[in-house]
Amino acid sequence: MTMTHTLTPTADLATDIDDVARLLTPDGERIADPELDRWVADVDAITLRGLYRDMVLLRRIDTEGVALQRQGQLGLWPPCQGQEATQIGTARALRADDFAFPSYRETGVVYARGGKPSDFVLAWRGEEHSTYNPYDINTATQQIIIGAQALHAVGYAMGVQRDGTDQVSVAYFGDGASSQGDVNEAMVFAASFGAPVVFVCTNNQWAISEPVSVQAKFPIAGRAPGFGIPSMRVDGNDVLACFAAMRWALDMARRGEGPAFIEAVTYRMGPHTTSDDPTRYRDKEEVEKWRRRDPITRLEALLRARGEFDEAFIGTVEDDADALAAGVREAAMTATTRAPLTVLDNVYAEPHSGIDEQREWFGAYLDGFAPAPEEV
Amino acid sequence: MAQLTMAKAINEGLRRAMADDPKVLVMGEDIGKLGGVFRITDGLLGEFGAQRVVDTPLAEAGIMGTAVGLAFRGYRPVVEIQFDGFVYPAFDQIVCQVAKLRYRTRGNVTMPITIRIPWAGGVGAAEHHSESPEAYFVHTSGLRVVAVSNPQDAYVMLRQAIASNDPVVFFEPKRLYHSKGEVDLDVQLADAPPMGLARVAREGSDVTLLTYGSQVGTALDAATAAEDDGVSIEVIDLRSISPVDYRTVTASVRKTGRVVVTHEAAREAGVGAELIASVTERCFNYLEAAPQRVTGHDIPYPPAKLEKHHLPDLDRILDAVDRVMDRPNSLSGVRD
Repeated sequence: MTMTHTLTPTADLATDIDDVARLLTPDGERIADPELDRWVADVDAITLRGLYRDMVLLRRIDTEGVALQRQGQLGLWPPCQGQEATQIGTARALRADDFAFPSYRETGVVYARGGKPSDFVLAWRGEEHSTYNPYDINTATQQIIIGAQALHAVGYAMGVQRDGTDQVSVAYFGDGASSQGDVNEAMVFAASFGAPVVFVCTNNQWAISEPVSVQAKFPIAGRAPGFGIPSMRVDGNDVLACFAAMRWALDMARRGEGPAFIEAVTYRMGPHTTSDDPTRYRDKEEVEKWRRRDPITRLEALLRARGEFDEAFIGTVEDDADALAAGVREAAMTATTRAPLTVLDNVYAEPHSGIDEQREWFGAYLDGFAPAPEEV
Repeated sequence: MAQLTMAKAINEGLRRAMADDPKVLVMGEDIGKLGGVFRITDGLLGEFGAQRVVDTPLAEAGIMGTAVGLAFRGYRPVVEIQFDGFVYPAFDQIVCQVAKLRYRTRGNVTMPITIRIPWAGGVGAAEHHSESPEAYFVHTSGLRVVAVSNPQDAYVMLRQAIASNDPVVFFEPKRLYHSKGEVDLDVQLADAPPMGLARVAREGSDVTLLTYGSQVGTALDAATAAEDDGVSIEVIDLRSISPVDYRTVTASVRKTGRVVVTHEAAREAGVGAELIASVTERCFNYLEAAPQRVTGHDIPYPPAKLEKHHLPDLDRILDAVDRVMDRPNSLSGVRD
């Protein structure tokens, strides 16, 4: 089994950001790629504009999230600026009945799957753990434990096999998670059972303060063939390449050919979370180098070159972004915290004497704060 | 009624649960052709096929994590952990994922996973094969934790665990796998005592002896021996250690006024500590003596040739009974 695109085992390939499959140069020029071209042969201007719009809206959600955190409305926010092409490109290739298992930073996956404005902020505000019903948008609750969801995606895919459908599940995780046992065990299980699952590893170069070179001395995509899983290393800032790579992987899984692995090479422009200070561990030059590879600017250049980036279009996109940002802000500002007693809800599906007893006690305790009834 | 070993009763429980519900599948290491290292899954592969009797790679986190995904998809996985001491690699998936997914999703995602663990010592096994990790799971909300002590309970409670929409950690004392007992295979689950209810295994009036799983037999032997000394011990088989059926427990303690707890697991912050704290909260004014614990030592599980010095035996239980009865012939001497 071969790994497409990355060829020679050398020590610096884990960080060689240009040894990737791409369809758009950093300047937005469309180039040919023998592996990817056929997967985007049908992509027209409408689709390209849609991907652009999605990336702009995602960036606005992200910007709004950071602002709301700084204003004290959210406890935390995990920025995804710079990773829009990876998230939108891969998630937009999915079918509605596929099932995604994202990590905490995959705001764009939740957006692409149909998340509502409140779904982006209420968890970070501390109102909910999961703001949506996973079955409503076929997307699992965003995972915080690093890499745990990779196994869930494989198990879900094993269920798909038993049900005899052609759905696919997707595991999203980062370069740091590639060090976790769960991710490696997930690849073992996926390969052993031929499960219809796609692994999307977002290599954003940093796992908090640990550079990818601490996780990998060889391209992360290069590990998958060792598990018996075909892989592709793509430019994660090239939305078209991400879209194409995902279609390649999904097609294989749907046809019963088993799992596939995509390493999307991109960059986290912001901090790990709003609690992080990346100036302590990375230099400005690196950040600026990546800024020049911005995924939105790149697609904009292609659209401009093709005469598809007119004022009317950008005006509509900006209006949509404004409206979405306003919705996100409103969701945060108007959030209603649940009643105290609900803290005990849904621990168990069936009656549980321990919880029932604590609910009874806590309810009586809370009732003690109720105003005394007025005397008649 | 059939005379069955506990191993066969569990095997029959799995078979009937799988026959009743096509969403039930079993998974684990060596459970297919081999039938499991204890042969608990013997014959299931031939009857239900490899899609429902899943021989997995040797990776406990992998087994548990893929079970989570299968449950997401609507399946009811029954996971076999080969030995108690092997459950730790799966610990994160159990306590962070299996236990919490329902809560995290406000009830939208259920995790009807049964985690079967051949459990505890007394069989002369190698290191990591005789451990009692139940307190870790009892401390985790979202899990139910049960321990069986006889073939009938093993059969019925396993089927109840599989039918439950909650995740259940199901402890099977391996030293009892070959013990036989009457099993009513045709019992209606709805008519059987729920798995959360404790069982008064022997009635008595002087001391309440609380235990579960592997220690129930030893506790009953101690009660028989104590009778010769004129002490009447009520033995309660908790069956469920999360939640505990405190209604049954406190009714007994209010009758006897004296409590001894015994389990194989280590003492520090163990199930016994929790039981005594809860009983004291509920029955303080009824207690005639300070409750006593008879447990394994606070040590790593010792080598097989020494395990008899670790496991609570009949004499150590009787010693504790002497203490709660305030008898001067206590083996342990000074109490403070």
